[in-house]
Amino acid sequence: MKKQITKISKEKEYKKYVNKKVPKPSYLKNSLWAFFVGGAICTIAQFITNTLKDFGLNKTDANTVTVIIMVFLGAFLTGLGIYDKLGKKAGAGSIVPISGFANSIVAPAMEFKREGYVLGVGAKMFSLAGPVLVYGFGSSVIIGLLYYFFTR
Amino acid sequence: MAVKKIGTQTVKFDSPPVITGTSSIVGPKEGEGPLSSYFDVILKDDLFGEKSWELAESKMLREAVKSAVEKSGKKLSDIEYMFSGDLLNQLMSASFAARDLGIPFYGLYGACSTMTESLSLGAMTVDGGYADNLVAVTSSHFSSAERQFRFPLEHGNQRKLTAQWTVTGAGAAIVSSSGYGPRIDYVTTGKVVDLGIKDANNMGAAMAPAAADTIVKHFEDTGLPTSYYDLIITGDLGKIGKEIAEELVLDKGYDILKNYNDCGLLIFDNKAQDTHAGGSGCGCSASVFCGYIYKEMMKNNINSVLLISTGALLSVTSTQQKQSIPGIAHAVSITNNRC
Repeated sequence: MKKQITKISKEKEYKKYVNKKVPKPSYLKNSLWAFFVGGAICTIAQFITNTLKDFGLNKTDANTVTVIIMVFLGAFLTGLGIYDKLGKKAGAGSIVPISGFANSIVAPAMEFKREGYVLGVGAKMFSLAGPVLVYGFGSSVIIGLLYYFFTR
Repeated sequence: MAVKKIGTQTVKFDSPPVITGTSSIVGPKEGEGPLSSYFDVILKDDLFGEKSWELAESKMLREAVKSAVEKSGKKLSDIEYMFSGDLLNQLMSASFAARDLGIPFYGLYGACSTMTESLSLGAMTVDGGYADNLVAVTSSHFSSAERQFRFPLEHGNQRKLTAQWTVTGAGAAIVSSSGYGPRIDYVTTGKVVDLGIKDANNMGAAMAPAAADTIVKHFEDTGLPTSYYDLIITGDLGKIGKEIAEELVLDKGYDILKNYNDCGLLIFDNKAQDTHAGGSGCGCSASVFCGYIYKEMMKNNINSVLLISTGALLSVTSTQQKQSIPGIAHAVSITNNRC
């Protein structure tokens, strides 16, 4: 028992000691990058939506087409090896928009192509995006049920 | 009776085995680093003409063995054992290379401590009289390690400042019972030490206590002064781990501040090459030892080295199960006391 306690306190002490040594990232610089890159991606998407509306699409259709285009752009830039360089600078700024979602699907798909189209690409494609889908679908079902029971 | 054992964890060799030749192969990024001129082969393309990074890594390991054998003036058929391992699941690089080379093979897993693990076992085998020539070899590859342990390469994420960069490289050393070259006098086998670090992006801090423990044990067991060595060098603790190891060793009363360094800090220019805390991987201490250190020893610029390769014994599964990272470090004492 005593040995257990000294072990834990030793680990705690070491963790504290290590934390003092860990360099802090530049939060301001990182936030600015995330803010402007994320903002730029959204501005581009808004520009596309507005243009589509000018061409006579209604709001729902324009949104759908915009999402398709943004997903395509995210995937395309991932394929060209540009999106990971952007993500390195922008962090959440390029991960949160839907183009980042495309990146998280295309990146493993590319990576595991060598293991074949079924066990590689097929099985690994959603290794990063899978959890987002599972909990996204899951929560939408719950919200749907709540909506059904409480608003009718 | 274990007549060659001294202290609790150290072996002192009767007829110290000789390292008669080494060879190192590294990737393009390592080739742009500060040690560039010491490596035997610098790859232009990290696929090395293969279909996958895993096969490329295995080829690096295989070619390193062939070239080390040649440089030691021996033939492949003279090599009686191959002690080797790598980071990939089930040691793909080492065992596939051993298949092609046709040398009797012991596969080792010591994570990034494999260079000194294989040198230790190799030296014991030679001094024990079980072989005259054998090879100790290991490798790692940035891209094959990333996909096994971290994220796909094209995924747009940010690396932590404590993260290290897996070295694409392989190093092979021929250990012989006689010949010309630096000799292995002692080996100190490390214990697994774990102080509860769980952050897989801060492996230096996870491994530093193991390194410090082995270094202290080495000096306790041998009774040597720390100034005995021109260079005391750990495998891949990186910037943060090195600082911690220094202080932990000092805490036990051994001052290594003057002659201590880390392979992970030598192989890259962290600022210019954006490698954050430094290099890591089996190939880190392997290529630095087989390239830089060995060549400097042959030129008599460095005459005594304590090489301590450091390994983080985590797996993808252990990390997912929220376990802490056990560290290991083995020390090999190599000197120019030529007979």
